[in-house]
Amino acid sequence: MTALAFQGLGMVFPDGTEALDDISFTVDRGEFVTVVGPSGCGKSTLLRIASGLLQHTSGSVEVDRDDIGYVFQEAALLPWRTVRQNVELLAELRNLPKGDRRAKAQQAIEMVGLSGFEHHYPKSLSGGMRMRASLARSLTLEPPVFLFDEPFGAVDEITREHLNDQTQLMFMAENFAGLFITHSIGEAVYMSTRVLVMSARPGRLVAEFPIPFEFPRSPDLRFDPEFARISGEVSHALRGGHA
Amino acid sequence: MTGVDPTTQFIAEPPDPTAADTTAGGVRRLPRESWARTVLPPLLLGLVILGIWYLISFVVLDPRRRFLLEPPHEVLQVGFFTWDNLSTILEGLYWSTRVALTGLAISIVLGVTIAVIMSQTVIFERALFPYLVFLQAIPILAIVPLISFWFGTGENSRVLVCVLISIFPIIVNTLFGLQSADPLHHDLFTLQQANRWTRLRKLMFPGALPAMFAGLRISAGLSVIGAIVGEFFFGRGETGLGQLLKRYANRLEGEQLIATVIISSALGVVVFLFFGWLQRRVIGKWYQSTTQ
Repeated sequence: MTALAFQGLGMVFPDGTEALDDISFTVDRGEFVTVVGPSGCGKSTLLRIASGLLQHTSGSVEVDRDDIGYVFQEAALLPWRTVRQNVELLAELRNLPKGDRRAKAQQAIEMVGLSGFEHHYPKSLSGGMRMRASLARSLTLEPPVFLFDEPFGAVDEITREHLNDQTQLMFMAENFAGLFITHSIGEAVYMSTRVLVMSARPGRLVAEFPIPFEFPRSPDLRFDPEFARISGEVSHALRGGHA
Repeated sequence: MTGVDPTTQFIAEPPDPTAADTTAGGVRRLPRESWARTVLPPLLLGLVILGIWYLISFVVLDPRRRFLLEPPHEVLQVGFFTWDNLSTILEGLYWSTRVALTGLAISIVLGVTIAVIMSQTVIFERALFPYLVFLQAIPILAIVPLISFWFGTGENSRVLVCVLISIFPIIVNTLFGLQSADPLHHDLFTLQQANRWTRLRKLMFPGALPAMFAGLRISAGLSVIGAIVGEFFFGRGETGLGQLLKRYANRLEGEQLIATVIISSALGVVVFLFFGWLQRRVIGKWYQSTTQ
């Protein structure tokens, strides 16, 4: 079932910057699609358009905007709310009954392994824990479409691998349609069912790689020869095929 | 999020021990010798100032002109330990405090309302801001005659002076706070189709609290100054510290005059400390101050 579809999408900013050109692809439920590309290629713009935060200038997007999970580059927790209050925020903004949102929040907090930290304020959490609270927050509404805007770019390698597994766990449990943005090839291949490579500005799709590994994937997969081969191909495409 | 086998739960990374410890805003107990280091310097300086004060009273001034600066023990004796004088000053303190707090309360309600309106509509912000700056720039002395024409020379005019002096920092800081919400947080609210009121209540207002408290502490001090300045000019009615200052100065009662000055400053300090305490109570739990 297609949950998100771009058709000939183009984006030119009012200042004349051409960010995206003729982007077409779909993401089905149960698919985890990652877009890799050099920084500044318009990857984030793609997500902002998909979510409706930004209006595109040509082509079309099909998605149910009322039901999108969005994970930002930063944790974006409200500092005056505890972990639990932050996780409850989206359900609260949707006016869900209190008992209901409390239960959803608790479930999400347990899923990301933050039990015991419900009453902590963001300032006393590490970067990785903040990000997990952010993941938990986006989980509460159980959206069928999940957009990830380079969420783990700012954390260290070890934390990033934890967060990758956390996200994988979410994906397996919820079976959403995932669209993930990153500039880490390893992360892209590890997480995805499909990897799309985007060129430098204006962003165009230049290659597509199905990733055949079964879920759940173990961290050891990163050292599998097949994993290395696919990563090499993605890297090659990313460099414009002329390395 | 159903049907997850709990055994597949990944191990939570341990909390960063340094994160909770040094940045939680809690007061760390200072070692004993550093306590002495914090208290001794101002104490010593205080003694030096007292010494200079005595020096001026007894050595520099000749006895006929000693009323210009009575020595400290005389100020204590006459201003604080003579009940007749002290009770007059304390009564003045009561009336001044009333004016200051009334003015400050009006400034807070009016200032926050104006800032909220400005934050909601760019047109209002553009229209109002120049006038606020203009209002702020008016020397109170210059409009004393006008105020007395319009509002008389009693308590109303004093409260008005108080508001005029103390409202500006509240408006400016609240507006700044409301406008400084993180763009990502705004996106978060936009994605949930939050309306203007929800956004104001759950995002902009709580986020503005640290800036509002910064403005409030300034305004609290200014409201005390406003009350005393107001009493100085608008003397009809109850006798506050401002009128006392004027009276003691006219009668060359130096001891009472200095005692009144000290009490006036003490009022400002107490109000300032109170709002510092309130700030820690309200936002200390979550706000990460870089100066604490």
